[in-house]
Amino acid sequence: MKITRKEVEYVAHLARLELTPEEAEEFTGQLGQILEYFDKLNELDTSAIEPTSHAIPVVNAFREDVVKPSDDQETALKNAPAREDGFFRVPKIIE
Amino acid sequence: MDYEAVIGLEVHAQLLTKSKIFCGCSTEFGAPPNTHVCPVCLGMPGVLPVLNRQVAEFAIRAGLALHCRIREKSLFARKNYFYPDLPKGYQISMFEAPLCEHGWLEIPADGKSKRVSIIRIHLEEDAGKLVHAGDFDSAVESFVDLNRAGVPLMEIVSGPDLRSPEEAAEYMRTLRNILVYLEVCDGNMEEGSLRCDANVSIRPRGEEKFGTRAELKNMNSFRHVEKALAFEIERQKRVLESGGKVVQETRLWNAEAGKTLGMRGKEESHDYRYFPDPDLVPLVVDREWVERVRKNLPELPEQKRARFVSEYGLPEYDAGVLTAEKALADYFEATVKAGVEPKPASNWIMAELLRELKDDEKDVRDCPVRPEQLAALFRLMKDGTISGKIAKVVFSDMYKTGRDPAAIVEEKGLKQVTDTAAIEQAIDEVIAKNPTQLEQYRSGKTKVFGFFVGQVMKATQGKANPELVNELLKKKLG
Repeated sequence: MKITRKEVEYVAHLARLELTPEEAEEFTGQLGQILEYFDKLNELDTSAIEPTSHAIPVVNAFREDVVKPSDDQETALKNAPAREDGFFRVPKIIE
Repeated sequence: MDYEAVIGLEVHAQLLTKSKIFCGCSTEFGAPPNTHVCPVCLGMPGVLPVLNRQVAEFAIRAGLALHCRIREKSLFARKNYFYPDLPKGYQISMFEAPLCEHGWLEIPADGKSKRVSIIRIHLEEDAGKLVHAGDFDSAVESFVDLNRAGVPLMEIVSGPDLRSPEEAAEYMRTLRNILVYLEVCDGNMEEGSLRCDANVSIRPRGEEKFGTRAELKNMNSFRHVEKALAFEIERQKRVLESGGKVVQETRLWNAEAGKTLGMRGKEESHDYRYFPDPDLVPLVVDREWVERVRKNLPELPEQKRARFVSEYGLPEYDAGVLTAEKALADYFEATVKAGVEPKPASNWIMAELLRELKDDEKDVRDCPVRPEQLAALFRLMKDGTISGKIAKVVFSDMYKTGRDPAAIVEEKGLKQVTDTAAIEQAIDEVIAKNPTQLEQYRSGKTKVFGFFVGQVMKATQGKANPELVNELLKKKLG
């Protein structure tokens, strides 16, 4: 078994996904298969190869430090489910 | 048992760019909520962040000043967590490949200097701000302002090298001073442009192994850093001495209560699942870039201090006080440039100016008296228009009103009396009124001379030229 159901539930929680018991069962099997496939890839010796972070060989895309007009408040808040006095309104969350 | 504290600090410094780290929105503080935002910093789907070149430049500058190795290739990574002030559901930061590593900083400790290691400096974006309406405990909603989301931050992580709250505060002060000198951060802790989290643990003195640490947050001044650490160290001692165990946790400093409190309802230890951000290409800093920044590094506190001694002939002490704040050092140099001799300028700034600022809890940058005005006051002293004593009175007035010294002297009639006849008249009156003291003086008790000087100065409201008073008094009492 490459991944336990408990791990699947933990990852789902981190991603704020709600899984039914059936779904958790199903994904445990599927994720296990995916991880098994990685075992196959792991047979290759890649110790001398730098891990790939990007698929394209481009570095240093910059912008200059210049202020551009921002959106107005109305536009910014347009899609907000709840708002008040120019703020997004959200349930209180205590960390 | 005798315990020793082990402290490491994580300092977040807001970089002094005009625009945000990955978009062109303004970084200006205090705008109406959600007016410095755009699709990029709001985390709208399909947008592409692009790195502000100045952000990299500033971090390299700080890295070099803190003796770090600048990494040739750094990567931005996504730090994943959910919180309402983070619109994307992840913060763009650096993880495995930070821009600067392996540096150090020297701080004064016990009259010597102590080297504190800098483990890493990395770049990241700030999150938005949560505002709680009304009473925090009874509130059920929060309000989110995303103006700050995407403002560039540099996180500077020290090694676990600090051993007391005082050392930690000293580290903060030294670091702040360097960042301000470098002009990469304004160092304003109240506005949050410099923030500090602390990792603190205790261990029996002599023990090598670290104890379990707590992470402290929410300390927004040097004083609070010191107080929060002192409280936390005592708390951990009490826990250990009563046979308990310190739990690894995040604690918030509550300034009103003077306590650190464990955070309520905190979920399981953060698992940020970092991975390279595919939207941002690697940052490659070649040697040429590093050398160009190195060549243009501004003068740092230590260098300025040495120069103040060699160039202006100031004592070490003066140089130390004046360079403790870049703005103060600039004020001194502007005063000298405006024509005041270095040592008198230094004396005046350290005594009169700093006292007024301290009483007022004001920053020298907001000083109502400009260096040119201070120089004008010195000229009035030098040409004999006013005495040194009166100058202090005039300065006080200048500080309160921001007016020019000449205008104050004119209006209040504070011009020094150099008219010999007027001073002689005052002397005659004083002598006539004080026969006993005159008798004492003439019988050899020359100490009462000071009494006569004082009386004459008083009779002339302090405006008589002191040298002239001395000279004439000697003659008359003779």
